[in-house]
Amino acid sequence: MANAAHRERRSLSGWGRTAPSVADVARPTSVGAIAELLTAPAPRGVIARGLGRSYGDVAQNGGGMVVDLTGLDSILDFNTSAGTVTVAGGCSLAAIIELVAPVGWFLPVTPGTRFVTVGGAIACDVHGKNHHRDGSFGSHVAALTLLTASGDLRTLSPEETPREFWATVGGLGLTGFVVEATLKLLPAESTAIRVDTERTADLDATFEKLRATDQSYRYSVAWLDCATRGRLGRGIVIQGDHAAAGEADTPSALPSQHPRISAPGWLSLAPVLRSPLIGLLNDVHFRRARPGTGRIEAIEPFFYPLDALGDWNRVYGRGGFLQYQFAVPLDREDVVHSALGLLYDAGLRSTLAVLKRFGPESQAPLSFPFPGWTLALDIALPAPAAARTLSSLDDLVAEAGGRVYLAKDSRLRRELVEVMNPRLPEWQAVRRELDPDGLFQHDLGRRLGLTGSSS
Amino acid sequence: MSDAFGLPSRILLLGGASEIGGAIVARILAEKSADVVLAGRHPDALPTGFHGARSVERVEFDACATDTHEAFFDRVFAGGDIDLVVLAFGILGDQAEAESDPAAAVLVATTNYVGAVSALTHAQQRLAKQGRGTVVVLSSVAGQKARRSNYIYGSSKAGLDAFTEGLQLAAEATGVNVIHVRPGFVKTQMTAHLKPAPFSTTADAVADAVVASLGKGNRSVWVPAILRPVMWLIRALPPRALRSL
Repeated sequence: MANAAHRERRSLSGWGRTAPSVADVARPTSVGAIAELLTAPAPRGVIARGLGRSYGDVAQNGGGMVVDLTGLDSILDFNTSAGTVTVAGGCSLAAIIELVAPVGWFLPVTPGTRFVTVGGAIACDVHGKNHHRDGSFGSHVAALTLLTASGDLRTLSPEETPREFWATVGGLGLTGFVVEATLKLLPAESTAIRVDTERTADLDATFEKLRATDQSYRYSVAWLDCATRGRLGRGIVIQGDHAAAGEADTPSALPSQHPRISAPGWLSLAPVLRSPLIGLLNDVHFRRARPGTGRIEAIEPFFYPLDALGDWNRVYGRGGFLQYQFAVPLDREDVVHSALGLLYDAGLRSTLAVLKRFGPESQAPLSFPFPGWTLALDIALPAPAAARTLSSLDDLVAEAGGRVYLAKDSRLRRELVEVMNPRLPEWQAVRRELDPDGLFQHDLGRRLGLTGSSS
Repeated sequence: MSDAFGLPSRILLLGGASEIGGAIVARILAEKSADVVLAGRHPDALPTGFHGARSVERVEFDACATDTHEAFFDRVFAGGDIDLVVLAFGILGDQAEAESDPAAAVLVATTNYVGAVSALTHAQQRLAKQGRGTVVVLSSVAGQKARRSNYIYGSSKAGLDAFTEGLQLAAEATGVNVIHVRPGFVKTQMTAHLKPAPFSTTADAVADAVVASLGKGNRSVWVPAILRPVMWLIRALPPRALRSL
């Protein structure tokens, strides 16, 4: 098959547009074609890539092969009465929403963008605003089909093959290619969300509000001001539930499968988003938030406000940006306080700071969420103080028994990976069984020494 | 693998005894730990430790013995990916002696130019296989214009400059970035016997400039930065104007 063999050598980076590497990129359109690619010798291994929304280097493989799975995007089955959908690994969450939302179902878990593939969502075990109630993405996967290093297709499920299944969930793509998955959907009567919004005066008030009220909502998250001196951690708490049928006056519009407009390419030449503007945006954002209860919002503005502008990462200019997300146990709110203080003192202004309380952890050894507080920060680069500041923050997080989100990482010290992920050896053992020769490789794994072998 | 800041996990310093090279490594390690490979003619004389280094390996490397370079690079890269190669070796030579002793002149040219061409070509091949990597080439403003007092050294750096500019163009598509560093007079042990030229600088200033350029693609770095326009003017002077310099 000439098509399967077609590879193009090009440079890839994550959504943060940092640390690019050059690899042979192939975009097969059938499982057979992927299997054929895996038989060809690849000196530096191979990794699957979806829609490229991971911030760091988890979907790039310098000097090796990267298989773009977005050509494998079909919807294979939709059981409207049971609420399950079976799709190919490269199918986007946007495509699933378009299929299931009009008939009373919704994604069980969705991250802040719908332009991710199901395979990527499983490999990163993504979470959303409902983690405190519903857990992460992998917990809603009934079964998946993994194309392994030996070229075999294996059906994995939490009941039949728990070790392999949970090593693949959150396994960062290093156990094989997720070529198919069956998801258990969430019943949702309408395509609208009923939203309550409240402002908080400071960080402690934000913690208190989330602690006291998030169990009453399916979706709950707080945006924090981290750029206004003396007001660090004041927030806007946004909480919501799917509205009942007929509750909204008019049916809410469904999100499209693609962004309507895209940021122009020249934006990446001009770093628009720098500290002073970020400070201003933080303030404007806070003032604009309208406290209120029962407002009806459509899916897109509630779940995916940034998806409206395609290629929005270009606003950060050539230097790109990084997202730093960590989680600490519930009684370690002090680390969140310290994080905001450290960043502010170092002159680092996060464009977006999102705080959330996580619920129970999943069984996946490398899954990121665990019961505690999670804070996600976007930091524009270059930022001279960022390397050292985030490094000190890593130490605080590790000391508190917390961790940073590996699927988003672009700069962690490798010494801290196992400290933060004590079940790493357990995951490595399963991975060695599934991929004894280390066929699946990526830049993230090499940088952090994830697979246990040398860099 | 380098991170979002361009900070490397494993560094190869060619010219392991070089004061400027050492300052660059130390400056990087102050940001983030890394494995360090020091390469020099007398490995036993190379530093044994760097504050913040995960490991320090010392390997024999002779810039002039270009037929040994392949085995040297094979050995270093067999130990894992290299994210950053710092080419810091070079000799100043004694201009007066070299003018009367062709062998001394050839040694300067061989070390600074031929040795660098060989090492950079080997390094580039291997970094390209990784699909990424950064090379820091320490050249000198002396390559900009021949001066009466150091044209032998200057000519070796002029050759290195042209090679490095070309390497930047060639390496781009392979994911490899080349940082071309042209310091002015750097006050080090190697230059302690000389009178500092105008716009002289220090090893630490060079290191700061290099670290600030990591992760930003191909870069041309002058230290201090004012030397870029200054050298532009000096290049426009007739050769005879530099007779007494």
